[in-house]
Amino acid sequence: MASLFSKYEGLAGSLGAVVAAGGRNPFAVVIEKPLSSTVGVIEGRETLLFGTNNYLGLSQSVRAIKAAQAAAEACGVGTTGSRIANGTQSLHRQLERKIADFFHRRDAMVFSTGYQANLGMISALAGKDDYLLLDADSHASIYDGSRLSAAQVIRFRHNDPDDLYKRIKRLDAPDAAKLVVVEGIYSMTGNVAPVAEFAAVKKETGAYLLVDEAHSFGVLGEHGRGSAEAEGVEADVDFIVGTFSKSLGTVGGYCVSDHPELELVRLNCRPYMFTASLPPEVIAATAAALEEMQEHPELRAQLMDNAARLHAGFVRLGLNASQRVSPVIAVTLETVEQAIPMWNRLLELGVYVNLSLPPATPDSRPLLRCSVMATHTAAQIDQALEIFRQAAEDCNVPLSAKETAA
Amino acid sequence: MSETVEGVSALIIQKLLSNPKVPRDINGDCKIMEDLAFDSLAVMNFVMEVEDSLDVSVPLDKLADIRTINDLAACIVDLKSKG
Ligand SMILES: Cc1ncc(COP(=O)(O)O)c(C=O)c1O
Repeated sequence: MASLFSKYEGLAGSLGAVVAAGGRNPFAVVIEKPLSSTVGVIEGRETLLFGTNNYLGLSQSVRAIKAAQAAAEACGVGTTGSRIANGTQSLHRQLERKIADFFHRRDAMVFSTGYQANLGMISALAGKDDYLLLDADSHASIYDGSRLSAAQVIRFRHNDPDDLYKRIKRLDAPDAAKLVVVEGIYSMTGNVAPVAEFAAVKKETGAYLLVDEAHSFGVLGEHGRGSAEAEGVEADVDFIVGTFSKSLGTVGGYCVSDHPELELVRLNCRPYMFTASLPPEVIAATAAALEEMQEHPELRAQLMDNAARLHAGFVRLGLNASQRVSPVIAVTLETVEQAIPMWNRLLELGVYVNLSLPPATPDSRPLLRCSVMATHTAAQIDQALEIFRQAAEDCNVPLSAKETAA
Repeated sequence: MSETVEGVSALIIQKLLSNPKVPRDINGDCKIMEDLAFDSLAVMNFVMEVEDSLDVSVPLDKLADIRTINDLAACIVDLKSKG
């Protein structure tokens, strides 16, 4: 009889090879204790965290911790129900109002994760007669949303508004509703979307535009509203989706929009309806973190300075870092045989980054993906750079000390 | 300009052979993922190129049913005849 697990044989082989090449499973790292936003204990060692997406360091916000404690005492630790049944407390509505106000939008929906926000909005918006147009490098949650939707799904070339335009024209379906989905900052590479150009294509073709600001919320734009604010095209973005799990340091997702039908989407959105809502302490911590983010725009400036410092350091070392400076900086290596030992060596020397292996990377080369925080000190960044240099040397990764223009 | 499955299949094979990593002895019955060792991302990227060469839109949901090069060719001929 067939085994359910025969399809796992390939994966078992790949994982075995990864572990054999480096000595540990890179997908089973345990942070034994976070000591601060930037340092955690891993394998008993104090380790610099450069791969946690905690851009503003707010996972350790004292204000958010206190708000969570107070909410748990006042309201308990869970809602035991979905948003459309018993899972909406005043706190949930208050947070939705706060998020909507922050984005200057009519309304907001809060989901239990950012993953579910994409899954829910994309599947609820794009129906059987509609077209979904996705950037080729979209996050898994966007692809999964497209699979849950009944729409016809077309990919366009990454960050290429002309290619999007060509593919919309090729559909030759001027009357069909079309939803274009892009991300503000791409999670693997740190690439920033040319949102203004996408907005122009959307207007010319009469499509709708959804921007996932997961990594750009709190990071880009004068007020931290993301890539659409940074490019001055918020009015042309129909839906902004995002997450609390990165710049706000908690967990949860949201969608904001001016379309009044958002109220109806709540009743036609499976990942919103058929899962328990966020517990009171998470909602309260998120609201507190949002206030803290709004009151401290200097965190954003510090984040960008830190990103520039790390990026310049990589360029100086001769590592192949992303072209654009953003808080996600991916160092591309040529082969998996280089990447696995180097990632392990970095961890042994005291720096945690994310190891991304093909096919989860865009161009079939492996990435050492780093994310920068506002709370990193200059000394921590310089120490991480020295450890990268040492690890590259120890693993015979060639450093082509070329001064590429950033 | 009526396209046949054989014609489109030949075109796909020609395109595939321009990638040096693809085995030289492929034919229309080859399974794209198993025989050509394409992962899901490579399949989607290849389909994007075919869309451009043949000026056709192949929605991703159609890919679920496609295993061989001839399946892909048949799907494209079908899509073009509807367009
Ligand atoms: C672009 C993008 N969208 C959505 C998500 C999902 O967010 P969450 O982890 O909060 O569910 C992530 C991160 O995981 C992401 O990188």
